[in-house]
Amino acid sequence: MAFADVREYTHLTDEEVEAIGRELDEIRAEVEADRGQADRDYVTRVITLQRRLAAAGRITLFASFFPPAWLLGTALLGSAKILENMEIGHNTMHGQWDWMNDPEIHSSNWEWDTTQPAEQWKHSHNYIHHQFTNVLGHDNDIGYGILRMSRDQKWTPYNLGQPIYNFFLAAFFEWGVALHDLDIEAIRKGKKDPALLKKQLKQIGQKVGKQGFKDYLMYPLLTGPAFFSTLSANFTANIIRNFWSYMIIFCGHFPDGAVHFTEEELEDETRAEWYLRQMLGSANFEGGKLLHVMSGQLGFQIEHHLFPDLPSNRYAQIAVKVKDLCKRYDIPYTTGPLHKQYGQTLRTIMKLSLPNRRTSDNPAPLSPRKRRRLDDAERPVRRTELGKWSGTASV
Amino acid sequence: MPKPLTARTPALQRLRKAAHALTTPLAPDDYLKLINPLWSQRELRGRIEKVVPETENAATLVIKPGWGWSWDHQPGQYIGIGVELDGRFHWRSYSLSSPPLVEGKTVSITVKAMPEGFLSEHLVNGLEPGTIVRLASPQGDFVLPDPPPDKALFLVGGSGITPVMSILRTLDRRDTLPDVTLVYSARTEDDMMFVHELRVMAMRYENFTFHERFTDADGMFTPEQLDDVCHDWMDRETWACGPGPMLDAFTEHYQRLGREEHIHVERFTLNTAGGEAAGGMVTFGVGGPTVQVDGATTLLEAGEKAGVNMLFGCRMGICHTCDVPLASGRIRDLRSGEEHDNPNEYIQTCISVAAGDCTLTL
Repeated sequence: MAFADVREYTHLTDEEVEAIGRELDEIRAEVEADRGQADRDYVTRVITLQRRLAAAGRITLFASFFPPAWLLGTALLGSAKILENMEIGHNTMHGQWDWMNDPEIHSSNWEWDTTQPAEQWKHSHNYIHHQFTNVLGHDNDIGYGILRMSRDQKWTPYNLGQPIYNFFLAAFFEWGVALHDLDIEAIRKGKKDPALLKKQLKQIGQKVGKQGFKDYLMYPLLTGPAFFSTLSANFTANIIRNFWSYMIIFCGHFPDGAVHFTEEELEDETRAEWYLRQMLGSANFEGGKLLHVMSGQLGFQIEHHLFPDLPSNRYAQIAVKVKDLCKRYDIPYTTGPLHKQYGQTLRTIMKLSLPNRRTSDNPAPLSPRKRRRLDDAERPVRRTELGKWSGTASV
Repeated sequence: MPKPLTARTPALQRLRKAAHALTTPLAPDDYLKLINPLWSQRELRGRIEKVVPETENAATLVIKPGWGWSWDHQPGQYIGIGVELDGRFHWRSYSLSSPPLVEGKTVSITVKAMPEGFLSEHLVNGLEPGTIVRLASPQGDFVLPDPPPDKALFLVGGSGITPVMSILRTLDRRDTLPDVTLVYSARTEDDMMFVHELRVMAMRYENFTFHERFTDADGMFTPEQLDDVCHDWMDRETWACGPGPMLDAFTEHYQRLGREEHIHVERFTLNTAGGEAAGGMVTFGVGGPTVQVDGATTLLEAGEKAGVNMLFGCRMGICHTCDVPLASGRIRDLRSGEEHDNPNEYIQTCISVAAGDCTLTL
């Protein structure tokens, strides 16, 4: 069920909640003061590795008519795209590296290797998702407007097809993300400003054009006789990246234990309560160093949601402190191996394709909830730690 | 004037554009710089080739600029240099001490380590040859007219010698040195950069008079002493570069005598002659935070205070790292007092203040 108040869920006193907020502020301040050469070295190393992988993949695919070369080239290119989207693009656009004052690695001008324009991502993700994390009717990441992911979301017969939609969402995740900031729900309800829609579509069209031209025309043409095998390799690399990023992102907020909230939670929410909502609404997964790098450190989703703009390479060490804090205050800290977390997510997708009465865990009656969605201007002032959002996509 | 290779050759430009389609969303340079760090013109950059000690606490950095450098600087101009220190880029500007050279060579700046100047100290003692630094194009109007005046006077204090050195070397190289008097103050002889080169120059040219002044022993050089070292200073066009108080004293003196047209100064600090503006409500990014900003606080400072991550470089209006488009409203350039209100015009946030309500695109 969804909660109208984080305290109601955690049974903490006001003083305890504020004390937690102070501790988390301290963790942030410590990391901020300690950022330096080692952090820069980390990100530049990852960027160099990613560019080498991409170049190696593209070059290998000149021989893509030869199956082992196809396989190797696809794997290289796929992993380059994953690294770029997850550990580099997503984190840079959050402003995690802005402190370096380096225009070549900065949230204001980073553009990533996927079909969604960075501009729109910074709005739909940095702003909408990170500010309104797991608040029903606000956070469009709860099922991406396609899947029913909470028992508090209304069931319709459309949801019977969830297992199929889920498969297609995973395979073409890049496209789901590309259209994400359009806010399909608002379009369906006729609430979307047509001028803004037109502007966003144009922006998406330009980005898609460049991406498609590169992967599906230029490189295949360049490889000459290997045209079709390069085309299929590039397509496959994109699909691999789609499945992977879909799985990592779905493990962030949908495993059992991550809870949803209703609109009431947002009213008079303090900074400390915002922290609490981020912890309760997110889920981590466990794994080795390589897994964490390839998932952009989103296995530390809880830490990422607490401190979206701190360098990703610091999340592992922050996690030790956050875990300890959760233990002391008896706050749930959701984590588990990747397969278990994804298994739970998949189970929820299947289960919620049916009406609530057909499945176990019938919810308590819903707290009364405002039906109308507020628009950006009516919403609370955005938190600065969420990372940059230029806002030009909304004019 | 030579332009960067790619700008001169249309074929190369087309190739670059085609390559961009292959590397999108990155630029070809983002890959090329993996092969050679200087093969990128996304941000101007250079490699430290040599660090030549000049005095105990000053050194000349010889820099090989990378792609995109325009080799058309005038002697007396300065460049911005951005160095990475503990993961962050810090920017300063220094006069070029080298004369303009043919393309493909090096440029040099001479840096004096200032007490408590962590960056100048790092530049003098901490830079290894091979280090890659970021650069900003040459700028500044502390330059000689062409042709040079018949008679010139240079008043120099401390590290203010660097732009003058570039000017003198150029005149020497071109064999066009006019009648020049140089009054150069430094604390001691050991502190005096380029002293040997200048003494040699003074021996070679009859028309070059070099006055050395050691302030620890002789005290500061004041405008009243001008007559003692250069009896015809009233006939000379003057260029002055050095510490602020020295420049203030001499400009005042020239003003009193109605000769302010004949003294040119270089201050190495942000000149805020443009004056204050009205101030206003500034919005950082459409839909972003809006704050009340007075007319003396730069938009960069105001943004930083409002918690906005803004890029910055020299903070003196040189390097253009901080440029952002003005979405709407009116701003004033602190240096010139000029106001801008063209939507989408790029403005330098480090030297701009609000002249009314305005919105920046971030």
